[in-house]
Amino acid sequence: MTIEILMPALSPTMEEGTLSKWLVNEGDSISSGDLIAEIETDKATMEVEAVDDGKIGQLLVAEGTEGVKVNTPIALLVDTNELPHTSIKNIAEKPYLEKEEIQIKPINEKSISIEANSSLITVREALRNAMAEEMRTDKNVFVMGEEVAEYQGAYKVTQGLLDEFGDKRVYDTPITEHGFAGIGIGAAFGNLKPIVEFMTFNFAMQAMDQIINSAAKTLYMSGGQMGCPIVFRGPNGAASRVAAQHSQCYASWYSHCPGLKVVSPWSSKDAKGLLKSAIRDPDPVIFLENEVMYGQSFSCPNDDDFTLPIGKANIEKDGNDVTIIAFSIMVGKSLEAAEILKDKNINAEVINLRTLRPLDTDTIIESVKKTNRVVTCEEGFPFSGIGAEISALITEKAFDWLDAPVTRVTGKDVPMPYAANLEKLALPQVDDIVSACAQVCYED
Amino acid sequence: MKKNTAKKILTEPKMNYDLNLLQDMYKKMLLIRRFEEKAGQLYGMGQIGGFCHLYIGQEAVVVGIQSAQIDGDSIVTSYRDHGHMLACDMDPKGVMAELTGRRDGYSKGKGGSMHMFSREKGFFGGHGIVAAQVPIGAGLAFSHKYNGNKNVSITYFGDGAANQGQVYESYNIASLWKLPVVFVIENNKYGMGTSVNRSSAGENLSDRGKAYGIVSEIVDGMDILAVREAAIRAIDYCRAGKGPYILEMKTYRYRGHSMSDPAKYRTRDEVDKIRKTSDPIENIKSLLNKMGVEEKILKDIDTDIKSIIAEAAKFAQDSAEPSENELFTDITIN
Ligand SMILES: Cc1ncc(C[n+]2csc(CCOP(=O)(O)OP(=O)(O)O)c2C)c(N)n1
Ligand SMILES: [Mg+2]
Repeated sequence: MTIEILMPALSPTMEEGTLSKWLVNEGDSISSGDLIAEIETDKATMEVEAVDDGKIGQLLVAEGTEGVKVNTPIALLVDTNELPHTSIKNIAEKPYLEKEEIQIKPINEKSISIEANSSLITVREALRNAMAEEMRTDKNVFVMGEEVAEYQGAYKVTQGLLDEFGDKRVYDTPITEHGFAGIGIGAAFGNLKPIVEFMTFNFAMQAMDQIINSAAKTLYMSGGQMGCPIVFRGPNGAASRVAAQHSQCYASWYSHCPGLKVVSPWSSKDAKGLLKSAIRDPDPVIFLENEVMYGQSFSCPNDDDFTLPIGKANIEKDGNDVTIIAFSIMVGKSLEAAEILKDKNINAEVINLRTLRPLDTDTIIESVKKTNRVVTCEEGFPFSGIGAEISALITEKAFDWLDAPVTRVTGKDVPMPYAANLEKLALPQVDDIVSACAQVCYED
Repeated sequence: MKKNTAKKILTEPKMNYDLNLLQDMYKKMLLIRRFEEKAGQLYGMGQIGGFCHLYIGQEAVVVGIQSAQIDGDSIVTSYRDHGHMLACDMDPKGVMAELTGRRDGYSKGKGGSMHMFSREKGFFGGHGIVAAQVPIGAGLAFSHKYNGNKNVSITYFGDGAANQGQVYESYNIASLWKLPVVFVIENNKYGMGTSVNRSSAGENLSDRGKAYGIVSEIVDGMDILAVREAAIRAIDYCRAGKGPYILEMKTYRYRGHSMSDPAKYRTRDEVDKIRKTSDPIENIKSLLNKMGVEEKILKDIDTDIKSIIAEAAKFAQDSAEPSENELFTDITIN
């Protein structure tokens, strides 16, 4: 029997690739597991491996052919009685350990203006640079976490750190979050400055006791003696299609707790400036990144000494009609919503919180006094969320300035579902922000 | 961690094994492998999203142990769970439909690859947090003991998971309370990109039970008969009320940790060598050949399995997405 070997897809988003090299010739006998070809996409080079035994009857696509569509036949396998299978194996750089990078629509990368003394870099690079720069200037800064050293980071944020700083400064830990978080805290009590990476914040749940009971409270319990200069960082919030145990925003969990500082950057500039401040800060800082943002590019200052203050929000867009308050990935969505709102003659102000604890109350209240309407945005659950806190704050401090109830756009009050359609419904979308704004402006 | 070769003593000569039993085990292992290959393809086609951890290479572990179980025993494992579900006789269609996130999946499409369950088949998940299933498995054993039934809990976890603190908290309580739990460490040499030598101190993972007075064995997890016999010893021990038992299975995963693993932490040769010399399915196939099973019978088995898998894949792609109302169901019971 003859079967067709098809052009494989490396990822759900791959549509075509270049067949860069055949590793077999016509007439070769192959068995399952043998490499037969190399293919390339814009992201990676892959090896195609046979999953069946048989003889290569004919190579249908010539070496070097570009734009070969996924699922087109590339060769014929003869003398086989197997069903067609091919599988692929990645051999080149690819940023993510487990799955394809999700590209959310950049706010038109080409139109991003690069500020003076800045470069266009990804959030991932900005985070890496922040760590490397601080490690160069302060010998007490070290990094530990799962897969951060030899593997270069599960999401490649720590790429190159092991090479530059060696294994006394960069440690691969076993999968023991509670243990290594506690070890980090002990090291911080011993005057070192650990950066502890959680592969994602979902796994920091294992370490919650050490973070809250040891890192957050000890300064107080020691009458101010036992400072804990540690940064816990990693991706937080929803990732794509990984379901309830791997897709949650923990911003309100940590923000609840006195003794912690909680920071959540959006852009590359935020990432660099805030992470450097977090590393220099004498207190424990929870640094909530976002996996979906890692690959996005923004203008970011080159200066090795550039920092942004913890506790200070940034107005990303001025406006008079309504204030949208967001952090992390929701800042981008809010800016998109603000664009759409222009067509409805609503001029929205967008506040990027940057820090959740301590919250920049002044910037929020000032804006409320100007716009008299507020929509808060977060990926997390609504109940006891960041939006709830902001709403209470505004009620207490600016009640008389409000022309409409503070309205929350949040993730739905359900564990994250796996199914594509349900996941989309569970997450706050740009349209939700647009309609919430229209609603508080009584324009719907 | 020192490399240790597993005990190779089989109590029965291989050739004396019941042919039907061997054929059944062969079928199940092949079913798992073909299922996983298909899942890999569907992932590439964008039909499956998120994480998808394949079990290819490790089939003998779950099938060998399952052959020693009785009805009512409970099973719990990590996110690398497709093989365990098929071994429990869960329907490949329902498993595949969960992978594609459709309403006919075992979790109605809400759980995905890592989170599937079947109370009916005694399969308690599918857990995404490394080692979280270990105390849960001990708790299932607690329920068996409490109810006075003769069932046991089979609790699977990886070499990486074996370092988590909750494993040792579970060992202690299970031993103290003589819980009928078989802790099965699926030592496939790597937790993501970290080899067991780089993550685990001491000689053998199985030795770690000693401190808690738990009996343990190291088993060649690529040899299904060795797995089965060790499982019989372990399960008998637990059923007799003597407490927990640890089986460290030396096994190997052929594919990446999940779907796009750059695989720089091991060489292609290492993978090829194991695949060529100790593939669990090839092992049993050649035993069947030696015992005189005709090639035609083996071919027919393969053909049958391929059609089961093709059907499952079609079912999983044809099944509808969950209805939007499902977003708000199953959060609490009332
Ligand atoms: C608590 C926790 N930390 C980290 C992860 C990310 N993670 C998923 S699988 C894995 C490796 C586990 O390796 P092992 O236990 O050997 O199982 P295998 O994947 O080899 O079956 C890691 C680190 C997680 N899911 N849960
Ligand atoms: Mg492992």
